[in-house]
Amino acid sequence: MATRKIDVETITRVEGEGALRLKVRDGQLEDVQLNIYEPPRFFEAFLRGRSYTEPPDITARICGICPVAYQMSSCHAIEAACGVKVGEPIRTIRRLLYCGEWIESHVLHVAFLHAPDFLGYMDAIRMAADHGAVVQLALKMKKTGNKLVTIVGGREIHPINVRVGGFYKAPSKKDLRALLDPLKEAADGAEAMLRWAKPLDYPDFDRPYELVCVKHPDEYPFNEGRVVSTGGIDIDPSQYDDVFEERHVEHSNALHSVVKARGHYLTGPLARFVLCYDQLTPRAKAAAAAAGLTPAVRNPFLTIMIRCVETLYAIEEAIRIIEAYEEPDRPYEDVPPRAGKGYGCTEAPRGMLCHHYTLDSDGTILDAEIIPPTSQNLASMEDDIRAFAGPRLGLPDAELAMKCEHAIRNHDPCISCATHFLKLEVDRQ
Amino acid sequence: MTVAARAKPKLAVWKFASCDGCQLSVLDCEDELLAIAGAIDIANFAEATTAVVRGPYDLSLVEGSVTTEHDRERIHEIRRQSKVLVTIGACATAGGIQALRNFKDVKEFTSIVYASPQYISTLDTSTPMSDHVKVDFELRGCPISKVQLVEVISAYLAGRRPGISAESVCMECKVRGTVCIMVSQGKPCMGPVTHAGCNALCPSFDRPCFGCFGPKETPNAKSFVQWTSERQGMSGQNLVRLFRTFNANAPEFKEGAELAEGVK
Repeated sequence: MATRKIDVETITRVEGEGALRLKVRDGQLEDVQLNIYEPPRFFEAFLRGRSYTEPPDITARICGICPVAYQMSSCHAIEAACGVKVGEPIRTIRRLLYCGEWIESHVLHVAFLHAPDFLGYMDAIRMAADHGAVVQLALKMKKTGNKLVTIVGGREIHPINVRVGGFYKAPSKKDLRALLDPLKEAADGAEAMLRWAKPLDYPDFDRPYELVCVKHPDEYPFNEGRVVSTGGIDIDPSQYDDVFEERHVEHSNALHSVVKARGHYLTGPLARFVLCYDQLTPRAKAAAAAAGLTPAVRNPFLTIMIRCVETLYAIEEAIRIIEAYEEPDRPYEDVPPRAGKGYGCTEAPRGMLCHHYTLDSDGTILDAEIIPPTSQNLASMEDDIRAFAGPRLGLPDAELAMKCEHAIRNHDPCISCATHFLKLEVDRQ
Repeated sequence: MTVAARAKPKLAVWKFASCDGCQLSVLDCEDELLAIAGAIDIANFAEATTAVVRGPYDLSLVEGSVTTEHDRERIHEIRRQSKVLVTIGACATAGGIQALRNFKDVKEFTSIVYASPQYISTLDTSTPMSDHVKVDFELRGCPISKVQLVEVISAYLAGRRPGISAESVCMECKVRGTVCIMVSQGKPCMGPVTHAGCNALCPSFDRPCFGCFGPKETPNAKSFVQWTSERQGMSGQNLVRLFRTFNANAPEFKEGAELAEGVK
């Protein structure tokens, strides 16, 4: 019996820690497991008994890469539990903050985590020796995204200005307007990055995903909308438990989410681009078309280009918001506590992030449930590896491992988030 | 490899239980990143690179807290391989927010988050690196300050101690000229007991400090508890929550929470 064993102990250039294990028996791929060994941190447990005002600060600490997503999902869920709908101008400032996080997170992933895979470098710093212009461009764009988060949120990692009901202090018109020139430059940068990414070598790898995201009738989704899918799901976030569930599997410290009726699904840039294409700006659509991207796309390797399109969108949206911005009289709305359960689903850069809170009448949190994008995507990532590695088992172990890691990084997994992820191990027997 | 390239000091970044935010601060040094990469050899940094250079390392930056048996052993191995070991952030310095488990029953925690708790292996506590190994410098904050991170790296490259003050957030408010929230608005602000380093960010956003940099050197927790409870009407329960958030396991904040538990 032919036996073969390959190990990728630490999947690098992802956020957090995990491993991938492949079992090969007689040349056939028998099992694929994404093994999340990032230790559990028990956020949902210690949120119990805390005040309803605390989740924006506490849940931000789940992830240093997308803290804004945690702050936005928690605010929306708590406000829903308290029966408060926060309107203008606060909802627009929230969108602006989210634009900043999308720009810095997407650019980081495109240039620093994903691009080295296509070009065969160990990292962006080594890539910079041959592709200096694109790395410099990315650093500049990322800085602009971070600057936006800092002006609106106070700092780029774990912003301090977000509260249930809105913000502690409204950003000043002067500070925001100073960002217009760097943002306009970054918009050209996003197009340049997309043109740079277009000729990269993309494997043919269309996948039959059920794609899921938040969809809003008028806007590309950040904070608000219904939860929709390519499989016909169209629900209010409050109906989440009717359609989705989380399952705990042995090899992982992360939970796997599934569509109850059908199983695995995928959330993230591919889902948003396919389902919300119509809500993109004309310039973002034109850039996508020039890169050959249409809503029929299903190849996860192309997400590097989709992230460039979404970056362009977020930059244009930020410019639009800043040009029309007037400082509000009061940066927050009062949210008095009441007993009830609230649901919030918003779009983190890497996918849909759902929070559910059950509150007591005095605002004490009785129960909290947090469903990060990476745990929703884990099962689909394993499916991808099964489909991708199967025909490539003839490759030497090291090359196979590298290609599998690339296929995982397509989804910009955030393992820190999912443990509430990565090492490759191939066991060939 | 040339002699000059080999002579560059080797930097390693290590991760334990954490959110990745503090190590992301390295990648967030957009203006300095390529300069840092030019001055030092980034020898081990899984979030940023697949390349791994073997130890020993001249400078190790450690993020995260110890929460598993494996991690308890790993930090000793990292210490053996590191000339200088610096903790980055509240998790590595004080156990982080996950240290809230230290005050609860972890079995109950596991059953709340996971349907099949038998699949999860974890320690009952989240502890800082200083509980396990000698730490050369502790960089505070949840997250750390980028400016302080660049200072720490520069200082160790130059062979000097980092120029980082252990005073309170109050001093930073005074330097910035931010009006005191505690005095002018009567709101309980943790500035007087909290370590500087954020440049008094929250008060400048009209928000009381919530202690994310952990305790300053020799804080007077007793006086803080008295002031906020007697003069500002803070309940014991709310005061306990203030101390038990991002630096719950830091000794001075532990003491503060215990004092607050005595407040009616």
